[in-house]
Amino acid sequence: MEDFRFFIEVLVGGLLSGLMYSLVALGFVLIYKASGVFNFAQGSMVFLAVLSFVGFMELGLPFWAALPVTIGMMVLVGMATERLVLRPLVGQSDTTLLMATIGLAFIIEGVAQIAWGVDVRRLDLGIHDEPIMWLADNFEILISQLDIAAGIVAGLMVVALALLFSRTKVGRGLRAVADDPAAALSIGIPLSHIWMLVWATAGVVALVAGMLWGARSGVQFALVLVALKALPVLIIGGFTSVPGVIVAGLIVGATEKVAEVYIGPYFGGGIEGWAPYMLAVLFLLVRPEGLFGEKIIRRV
Amino acid sequence: MFYREAGQFHTSYAQDTQLFPLRQDRVGMAITLLAAFALPAVANDYWLSAILIPWLILALVALGQNILMGYAGQLSLGSAGFMAVGAFACYNFILRIDGIPFVLAVLLSGVCAAIIGIVFGLPSLRIRGLYLAVATLASQFFIVWALDKFGWFKNYDTSGVITTQPIIIFGHNFATPAEKYWVVLVIVAVLTLLAKNLARGSVGRAWMAVRDMDVAAEVMGLSLLRTKLQAFAISSFYCGVGGALFAFAYLQTVEPSAFTIDLSFRILFMVIIGGLGTIMGSFLGAAFILLIPVFLNIVFHAAFGHHVDSTLTSALEQVIFGATIIAFLILEPLGLARLWQLTKERLRLWPFSH
Repeated sequence: MEDFRFFIEVLVGGLLSGLMYSLVALGFVLIYKASGVFNFAQGSMVFLAVLSFVGFMELGLPFWAALPVTIGMMVLVGMATERLVLRPLVGQSDTTLLMATIGLAFIIEGVAQIAWGVDVRRLDLGIHDEPIMWLADNFEILISQLDIAAGIVAGLMVVALALLFSRTKVGRGLRAVADDPAAALSIGIPLSHIWMLVWATAGVVALVAGMLWGARSGVQFALVLVALKALPVLIIGGFTSVPGVIVAGLIVGATEKVAEVYIGPYFGGGIEGWAPYMLAVLFLLVRPEGLFGEKIIRRV
Repeated sequence: MFYREAGQFHTSYAQDTQLFPLRQDRVGMAITLLAAFALPAVANDYWLSAILIPWLILALVALGQNILMGYAGQLSLGSAGFMAVGAFACYNFILRIDGIPFVLAVLLSGVCAAIIGIVFGLPSLRIRGLYLAVATLASQFFIVWALDKFGWFKNYDTSGVITTQPIIIFGHNFATPAEKYWVVLVIVAVLTLLAKNLARGSVGRAWMAVRDMDVAAEVMGLSLLRTKLQAFAISSFYCGVGGALFAFAYLQTVEPSAFTIDLSFRILFMVIIGGLGTIMGSFLGAAFILLIPVFLNIVFHAAFGHHVDSTLTSALEQVIFGATIIAFLILEPLGLARLWQLTKERLRLWPFSH
């Protein structure tokens, strides 16, 4: 029984932290869906967003004032990115665009550090990374409040984005552009507005993800690496699927934690760093388009 | 004017297919090599050990990356991982095999890296582009983790930083920067010529065919399996040799933390800025990426005096780095090698360009 309880604890902890990866991966999916750009800078945007948020609070802004200011800033960053980096590169190959976003990641990281310094900061959201007492008392299972909160936020974001994509005019425009930019243009969908909007939304998603990650592990440069963890999530879920990302996040989170606890000791631990990637590679070999991705991958 | 091929006639097949068909190129190459060998006479130790040695080594690694990315069209983000394989393999060969010649150890570590490269190149048979890039990231993380985790690779050294053995060739210890530079120069020069030859031969043409359109290449009878894995193997071989030299001739330590994903990105940038699918570009790109920090350092010192905040300068450096990459992608996607080629074309017509 004790073993089983421990397993549940590990599993649930993994599932919930997987949702935190999903949150980061959502930003990738948004941009990929609408413009076919694999935005490597998403992790840096997460870092910039939360660092600026904390920075604004340090300057004396209250929580509810800092939030809109940061959102406004991220929207500007997203729009500037679209205008200055991606528009001149329209029509280039996927690889070129990927490399441009790697360059963009360098710029954003550098700017964030110049503006706010390199110190590790604490972010207090009022939700702590502590076990929920009620569950601990009644079932003797330790599950973190923050993980639960992240799960709820991730769920809300997915619902909101799903509604945005399927119900609004903008969302239909987005899907049209994703499908065929030229055709979308020809029927009068303002391409550049749509792309700016997507980048702005991705900036806001980055802020949400950053706040949760910042509350958990401190606002520091290592947040950039979270994006690397989000890549296997993307692969498994498929680059274009919002629900896929959530499911994949759960899979990756659970595998990572369970593998670390049960298989890790045989290797001396630390397999968390690459286990998700191996899983992703296995997925690629079996199902290259991911769980829910569109089957547009060219087999080679 | 300076670069004119008029009057140079190739009267035999051998002449037509030689590596450098133009006399200017042959003479230029010979002069460059001679100058490179004579360089320690004028360069001081700082330049040799901090700029020239890493430049040659990283150019070799960039060449490896270029073979995979520029010639065979397979995007890889794991080159630093393969370098790490080379570095650790070399350390272990010299440690465990008594009296193994240094050059043989370096080449064998390249072979080790090539084998690992083939294993991690296997996904390329099923996937391409972005997906492959993520799959190669797996190799980067896995290799560095494995080298760090299993004590055997590090000979159970607990400090985490292992000093490399001295470079001994034919009983002579190559210890000074100039001597190390010569060792690196010879290996890099030989491997570069080899790469140039590979790239223009049937192997290279097969790579380019696969890069340009794999289905068409297959229809023409090329084995995708063989071509792609060959590219991965040879590319990893270059990375492995580069990694071994990087550890032995430049860092003089072997440590997994020297081969992070950051290094992989830098190598990627060297290839992009230098020019995809060019040998020359690897060298130009490596020089560019290595010299930016040096140049910026001088500028910062001139601008801010001596109390420069090192975190600020490194952040600024990052911004300029990123901006340069994007600028190159937008303005000159073919890189420095293309600029060099344009210069040559100009020189051909100069001074009567019309």
